[in-house]
Order: sequence, then structure tokens, then C-alpha cells
Amino acid sequence: MNRQEIKSIGIDIGTSTTQLVFSRLLVENLAGSYAVPRVSIVEKEVIYRSQIYFTPLHSATEIDAEAVKKIVRSEYEMAGMKPSDLSTGAVIITGETARKKNANEVLAALSDLAGDFVVATAGPDLESVLAARGTGADTLSEEHRTVVANLDVGGGTTNIAVYEKGALRGVCCLDIGGRLIKIENGKISYIFHKIKKFAANHRIDLEVGEKADPEKLMRICRLMAMQLAKSLHLTEADAEHRSLYTNDGKMLPETPRIAAVTYSGGVADCVYNADEQDVFRYGDIGVLLGRAIRENEHLKGLTTYQGKETIRATVVGAGTHATDVSGSTIRYDKSKLPLKNVPVLKVPRMDEDDFSVFRESIRSQIPLFYSEGKIEQIAIAFTAENHSGFQDVQKLAAAIIEGAKEVIESEYPLIVVVENDIGKVLGNALNVQLDFKKPVICIDRIHSSGGDYIDIGEPLAGGTVVPVVNKTLVFNT
Amino acid sequence: MEQKDLKAIIEEVLKEMNLGSSAPTAEETAAAEPAACQASDACGLEIPSKGITLEPSVVEDGELPDISKIDIRSQYLVEDPVNKEAYAEQKMAAPRRLGIGKAGARYKTLPQLEFRAAHSAAQDAVFNDVDEEFVKSQGLFIVQSQCESKDVYLTRPDLGRKLAPEAVETIREKCKKNPSVQIYVSDGLSSAAVAANTGDVLPAIMQGLQSAHIDVGTPFFVKYGRVGIEDEVSEITGADVVCVLIGERPGLITATSMSAYIAYKATVGMPEARRTVVSNIHSEGTNPAEAGAHIAEIIKIMLEKKVSGTDLKL
Repeated sequence: MNRQEIKSIGIDIGTSTTQLVFSRLLVENLAGSYAVPRVSIVEKEVIYRSQIYFTPLHSATEIDAEAVKKIVRSEYEMAGMKPSDLSTGAVIITGETARKKNANEVLAALSDLAGDFVVATAGPDLESVLAARGTGADTLSEEHRTVVANLDVGGGTTNIAVYEKGALRGVCCLDIGGRLIKIENGKISYIFHKIKKFAANHRIDLEVGEKADPEKLMRICRLMAMQLAKSLHLTEADAEHRSLYTNDGKMLPETPRIAAVTYSGGVADCVYNADEQDVFRYGDIGVLLGRAIRENEHLKGLTTYQGKETIRATVVGAGTHATDVSGSTIRYDKSKLPLKNVPVLKVPRMDEDDFSVFRESIRSQIPLFYSEGKIEQIAIAFTAENHSGFQDVQKLAAAIIEGAKEVIESEYPLIVVVENDIGKVLGNALNVQLDFKKPVICIDRIHSSGGDYIDIGEPLAGGTVVPVVNKTLVFNT
Repeated sequence: MEQKDLKAIIEEVLKEMNLGSSAPTAEETAAAEPAACQASDACGLEIPSKGITLEPSVVEDGELPDISKIDIRSQYLVEDPVNKEAYAEQKMAAPRRLGIGKAGARYKTLPQLEFRAAHSAAQDAVFNDVDEEFVKSQGLFIVQSQCESKDVYLTRPDLGRKLAPEAVETIREKCKKNPSVQIYVSDGLSSAAVAANTGDVLPAIMQGLQSAHIDVGTPFFVKYGRVGIEDEVSEITGADVVCVLIGERPGLITATSMSAYIAYKATVGMPEARRTVVSNIHSEGTNPAEAGAHIAEIIKIMLEKKVSGTDLKL
């Protein structure tokens, strides 16, 4: 099969808004008929965008899963879609609501609507990446041969991802957003504790209940915009700045130097478009923050590109960019697919060259994945950069089998994820050496890092490839 | 000029070039000098005197870099480029002789030498024979087409498509009858491809077929073989699927590319469209071991669907 159209869903449940998109992904074999297949996702198109809902919450941090389910159900109807039409997708729960309890509840509530393939996941790093890809910052950096940072300025956080010529270079997430101060009936109704402290540091005294003074709030927004400039290394960062990262996260790497920016998220439209309407019409400081970002002297010094998406960037990213496809020559035991939330055991590159070191590296890492003293399902990942000859692959298979003895003796299948294009020959070697007594899933052309979780979906394109979702990305800075 | 004068001149010249029957000592060379001048006067030749006192040659242990090892994708030789970085990035996409500068209207010396090295490698791949020891080390016995030499092979493609009568006998005698799959290797137009890839492709196919529990015949090697021989091999062995791993006509980018031509129930005289091809198997193209695993998969599908070539939708 040379072309296959698959449909994907993306659901973004953020601190302030919940959205959904359906997209169409075109999977095609790009290799000629006489060559080994090379299946890729060649086209991505959003075919339906939901309304933007305020996220239904029980409390500041607890999602009302049943209300979310109602939203999703009604959007399915409006789009004319059925769960069975979908092959892949992702539910992203982000910001302050990104808690395990929420994720489990939402997943349970959506299970009959979102099918087997859909993943519930959370994490600011992934959100940054999805927003940047949804905006098209990656493509812009590639086409203009430059370094582009996307600033996804949302309600609770600003998620930043930096791309250099199409390659991801870094991510970070700050507690800066449009709804950290809320306004009702001309009065301040809510102030996020970190922002209250931040304002106090700059001798701006803010209290819930006081009259919302645009001048005073603008001063805070200017300070917040300055923090964004600091996060891009446009000006010196200080200790105060470092305290603004979400979950004590890290700053962006200092290189590559950022040359251009795109904005997404709810505040982005207020950055791109100046207007004279009521600044508090959304009941928050979003309009003022957008204005402050637009007017910031450091940020103004960068080239500003208009992205493809603004407020919908994350959900479009989740619907179209979360899924990747594996290499086209792989080996898998179909009865074991799909697999979800499999933690990745990464063999460091320097442990790969010597097979005994390789074996020990796997063996010594397995106990790190114990849950209550017992082995859990894991995927063993490595590059196999220097192992492509047949004999080498045999030795590699033997080293995996010895190193992963515990996995082989467990109830779980042996899952191997390699970067080099040797998935099929390695899978065959594993099958033969294991005497066909153990289910083996061996996929290639997938880069995975330690600390990642992966989902491996059901085969596509006539069984040539499997869709893969790589989650919680960790970067070398 | 007298015969003996001519002889004397030749002797003198030889002496000067240190090619005489006995190597002259320093004194002799010095003594011979005036004679040489006379000789050159006599015949109008100008023999430079410095040619006589040759510097002793120095033999160094160093090596010249192997120009065939240069990765032409990362080679960028344009002087004063407008945007070297952008060009260099594009060059990494495929091995091409672009961005290699020029000397006037011509190539620079290095790209010129590289081109000739690539051309020589291509010629060697065609004209050299596959090392028989290597073939035997792969566990293959050797048979030959009706060509008795490389010259005949290159000039008579028709004979390269037929097995010699002895070859037919040997295959009948040594090969398993009616296997599901018969695989063999042939030199085709690149012996270098056979040497470079057989050790990875063949065992990977065997292991892949073993994984799929498919019964394989006895593999062998056909010297001076063209693709068409597989039809005869198929008929002799009675295999359902026949697969030849054969050296591709070399180009200037690689001389070691191999192809697999696979056919279901091949018969002599069948249309070429019934062959399924996997090409471009070499270290810089499709990874040989992975290609082997892929070929095994194709064979498996072919056995299930009972068709090959354009009838087989993969």
C-alpha cells in the first residue's frame, strides 16, 4: 500500500481552556517500487477545529472529567466523527492541571470516546514542543535557516521551544501568563501567589478585591515581558528570574542565539494585534501582557514571524505532530500492539561499542524500572550507530538477550527501539536466538531518550510501519 | 653518422641516466662529462648537465591519503563562496560532484583525480573476477554460465543468460529439490558488490526465512552470470521462488551496489515484468543486512500471494 490517510485527534486540556481538533495525516511510501520502503507522514491538515471552552474545573487544580467528556462528545457530533474513524491522537493535559490524578480521571472518562490509541499525557516540555510545531516555528526556522523561538503565552504559563534550522534546541516553561491575575467587575478577583510575590519584589502592592488599575497592572506586565526577554538570553538573568520557572525547571541553553520569535497561546493575538477595546474584556491581564510583550525593547529587536496558529497551537500540535511513524523495515508481534506508556531504558552511546559493556548497561539499569520490587514493561533503546553488519547484529541480539534476561523471563514482550535502520534484521536475530519463544517488538528510526515514555500503535500502511508517540522529552543542553 | 658513433652516444646517454650495464661511480660520471658534451654537440641534442648528478632518492614511510575515501558530500571547494554553510548543508543530502570549484574552465586537480579514481573503481568492479576463496568461505559452490571468459561475458549477453551444461549437472547433483525458495549469488557487472555485501545480505535472508519457517534450497555462486539465469535455475531446482543477488552495473558514486531479482515460478522466456527488484543495496544505500531481512519478507509475501513482479503489490 503506497498511500494511506489516517485521522488523528488532539485534545488540549489547559489551565484555562480546553480545545479539540481533528486532523488528517497522509502516510505515504516515498521510496520507488524497486527500493526498500520509506514510509513517512507527508501531509498534515487540520480538518475540524472545536470551539474554545474554558476548562471545566472542580477546583483550581482539579478537572471536572465528566464535563470534559460532554464537551468532547458534543464536538464529535458536530464534526461528524466516530471514535472508530481515528487511528491516533493525543490528549494533553497541561499547566497547573497537569496532575496524575486528573490524567487518570480524564483518561477513564474519555476511554470510550477516544479509543485505544489516544494517550493522556502531561508535561511542560512536551507542551512547548507541540505549541511550537503547531505554530510552525520549526518549519520557519528551517525555511529561513535561522533560530526561531516560539513563545506560547497561555493563561498560567509561557512555554518556549527553540528551533534551529528545523531541529529542536531547547525548551523551557515559566510561570508567566494572562490569567495569573483575574479581574471581575473592575476588581482584582485572583492573584497567583508567585506573581503576588514577584510584584511585591518590585514594590507593587497588589491585593484581591482592589480596583483593577490598568496603569498599575501594565507595570507588572512590563516586568513580566522583561522576564520573557531574560529567558531568551536577550538580557542578563538574575536569581529572581530563575525562580519563575515552572516546577523549578531549567533555563534555555545560551546557544544557539535566538534570532526570531513567533507567538502562540491565548495572549498571542494580543501581541500581534494592537487594539483600543476594553483591556479587561477577557477578565484577566492577557491584553495588557500582550501589549507589554509587543512593546518590550529587547523582544522588539528580534524578527517577529506570524505563526500558522495562535490560541490553537498546542491542540493543533497535539493533533498533528504528536504522532510519528517508525522506520519501514521492522519486526513486531502484532498481538502485543498497541502498547502504551512504556518507560524507555536508554543504553548510553558510549556503552554501545563493547558488547559486554552493552549487556551490563542493560542489566544494571533494569532494577531502576522496578515497581514494588517487580519488573515493569520497558523498552530498550539505543542508536546502534556502528552495528549494521550481519555478524554485528547477531552479537548485538545476543547481548540484548543476556542483558535483558529479566525481561525475557517476565510476562512482558521484549521491546527494542533503535535509531539505525536495522529493526528487521535485529528483530529476526532476536526471534531466532530466542527460538521464537518470546514475543519481540523491534522498531527502528526512532530516537528516544532515557526518561521518555513511548506509545507504539497498531500497524499502518499495510503493516509496514507503526505509529509512535514519544513523550516527556528530555534534552541535552 | 657512423654506426659506431651512434652506439657511443646511446651508451653515454644510458650512462647519464644510470641505466648502463654497470652503475658508474662518482669519478666515472665526472670523467664522462666532457664526452657527453661532445656527443650532444655532435648530434644537436641538449643534454642538461645537471641530469648527471642525481640527488639520491629518499624513500619515505608516509602514505598519501586515499582519495577514494573522501566523502564527496562534505567536500566543498568553492573559493570565496557567498554562503558556504547553506551550500554545504544541501550537499549533505546526496553524494554529488557539486561545489567542487574550478581552475579556469577546468576541474581542480583533486576532484579530477577523485573522478578518475571513481571511474577506475567502476572499471575494476566490472573487469575483476570475484575471489573464489571468498565465495567458498560463504559456503557456496561455484558454477559458470556459457561464457568462458570476461570478454565473452561482456560481449555476449545471451551466453551470460544460460548455464553451461556442466553447471546444470552440478546444480542437479548438489541442490535440494523443490525447495520453497532457491537463492544464489552472481557476479553480474560488479564483482566488488559481491565481495562487499554477500556476507551481510545472504545470511540475513536465510535468517529471515528461518524466522518465517520457510524452507530454503542450497545456495551457490554463478560466475559470469546475468539476471536471466535465474529462470533456468528455477526450472532445474523446481523452486517456487528464485532469488539472485547480483552486482549492479557500477556508477561513479559507488561500485559496490547489489540488487536482488526475485520471481515466483520463473520460467525461461517469461516477461521481465515478473521480476521483483530490490536495488541499491550497499553501505551508503540500503543497509545490506536490513535489505536481507526485507528480501526475506518479500519472499514470504510472494509465497502467500503466488505472484511476483508488477502483479505483486507490496
